[in-house]
Amino acid sequence: MSLVIDSIAKRFASYAALDGVSFHVPQGAFVALLGPSGSGKTTLLRILGGLEFPDSGTVRFADLNWLGVPARDRRAGFVFQHYALFRHMTVAQNIAFGLRVRRWHKRPPRAEINRRVEELLGLVQLDGLGMRYPSQISGGQQQRVALARALAIEPRMLLLDEPFGALDAKVRKELRGWLRSLHERLGITSIFVTHDQEEAFALADLVAVMNKGRIEQYGTPQDVIRAPRTPFVAEFLERAPGAAPLA
Amino acid sequence: MRKPTEDGPIVRGVCVALTIGFVVLFLVMPLLTVFSQALDKGVEAALDALTNPDSLSAIWLTLIVAAIAVPLNLLFGVSAAWAIAKHDFRGKSLLVSLVDLPFSVSPVIAGLIYVLIFGMQGWLGPWLREHDVQIIFALPGLVLATIFVTFPFVARELIPLMTDQGRDEEEAAISLGASGLQTFFRVTLPNIKWGLLYGVLLCNARAMGEFGAVSVVSGHIRGQTNTMPLHVEVLYNDYQFVGAFAVASLLALLAIVTLVLKSLLEWRFADEIAAAHRH
Repeated sequence: MSLVIDSIAKRFASYAALDGVSFHVPQGAFVALLGPSGSGKTTLLRILGGLEFPDSGTVRFADLNWLGVPARDRRAGFVFQHYALFRHMTVAQNIAFGLRVRRWHKRPPRAEINRRVEELLGLVQLDGLGMRYPSQISGGQQQRVALARALAIEPRMLLLDEPFGALDAKVRKELRGWLRSLHERLGITSIFVTHDQEEAFALADLVAVMNKGRIEQYGTPQDVIRAPRTPFVAEFLERAPGAAPLA
Repeated sequence: MRKPTEDGPIVRGVCVALTIGFVVLFLVMPLLTVFSQALDKGVEAALDALTNPDSLSAIWLTLIVAAIAVPLNLLFGVSAAWAIAKHDFRGKSLLVSLVDLPFSVSPVIAGLIYVLIFGMQGWLGPWLREHDVQIIFALPGLVLATIFVTFPFVARELIPLMTDQGRDEEEAAISLGASGLQTFFRVTLPNIKWGLLYGVLLCNARAMGEFGAVSVVSGHIRGQTNTMPLHVEVLYNDYQFVGAFAVASLLALLAIVTLVLKSLLEWRFADEIAAAHRH
C-alpha cells in the first residue's frame, strides 16, 4: 500500500504551483512536505485528497489509480489548516459525520456509531466534550476534533495541512509528541504540510523540501540536515535560528 | 472622557434629532395616517370594505402570487448564490451584476418586457393565442412580473454570507465521504438558514407589495386580476377612501409583521447568527 507520486504538474492562471513532482512514500510512513509559502505543498496535499486535480502526472496508491477515485470514495482523512469543523454540529456530531453519510448498506447502526464516537473522543483525549460546539472549545481541542473526525472514516491515508499552524508554541509542542505517538500506534500512511522545519524534522520519517513547485530534496531528516543537496535547502535550513532539532 | 471614535455632544445630538425627525415625518406619520383614514368611518366600515368580494379577491390573488413567486425565488436564489459563492467560472462577475439587475431596472420596464414577449402583439402572442394560453392580464403574468422584481432578495442575502463562509466545510464533508446533496443539506443549508429566512421574509414582503411591474401586466380587471396594491389604487381613484386605506392598512400591517418577525429572529438567535458569520 505504498504511495507513488509521479511527475505531478499543476498550473494556476499565473504560475506553476507544481512543476513535475515525483516521490515515493512507503506504507505507514510519516512524511513532511516542507517549504516556504507558495512552494506548492498544500496544492500537492489537496491533490492527494481529491480536492484539486493536476494537469498531468499520476498517483498510485495501493495499486489504485488514485486520481481516478472520486474524493468522497478515497477515504483520505483530511485535517484542514483551520480545521473546517462543522460549526452547527456538536463535537460528537462532527466526529460521527463521516459514518452517518455512508450509503445505507455500509452505515453502522446508531449504537455502533455512538460507541465509535466515544472511542475516538477517548483516543484524542476529549472525553466528556462531545456535546460542546466547536466555538466552545480551545484551538488545540478543535485540532484534535478535526483529527478524530478524519480518523472516524478509517482512513487509508492521513493528510494534514499545517496541523499546528494556528496554535501557540506550547500547545504545538505537546500536540506534536502526541501526534507522533498516535501515528506509531495506528500506522496510517500520513503526509503533513508545514513551513516549520523544526516541526518537520521532529515528526517525520521522511522530509520532502519543496520550492517553487519542485522537490529540492527528499530523504530522512538526518540526510537532509547532514547533506543539503541544493543551495536552496542549505539556505532554508540556515534561516531558522537555533534549529538543531535532531535528537 | 469619551472614546476617540465618539463625536461631541452637539454633533451627536444633531444626528440623532435629524434621524428621529426624518423617521417620524416620513415613516411614522404616513403610517398613522393610513390607519386613521381607514378607521375614519368606524371599524365596521373598514371591515365591510375589506370583506366585499372585490377586496377579498384582491387579497386572495396577492396571497396566491406570493405563494408561487416566493418559493420559486427561494429555489433560484439559493442556486444562484451557490453557483456564485462556491464555484469559479468564466463570466461570474457578469452573473453577479445580472442578479442585481431587477434592483436597478424600473419595475414598469420589467412589466413591459413581459407584455412585449407574451402579449397579444408580442413575440409569442400568436402562438399563445393559438394554444389558448393567457399570460398577460392573467395570473401567470402577475407571477412572472413578481418573480422578476423579487429575484435579488434571497440571492443578495446569501451571496456575501456563503462567500464569507468559504468552501472549507464543504470540502471537509466531501473528503469524509458525503455526496453533493448530503453536503448541501447537512452542511451548507444549516449554515445559511438565518440569512435564507431573512431573504425569504423580505422577498415575501416585496412580492405582496409590488405595484409597478404587476400594474403593467395585470389589466386591472376587478375581482380577477387586481392584487392588493392595485386594488388600493382603483379604490382611491373611485373616491372610496375608507376602502382604499383599509386595504392599504392590511399591506402596512404585513410590513410591520415582517419587521417584527425579523427583529424577533435577530434577538432570539443572535448567537447562532454571529456564529454562522464567524470563520
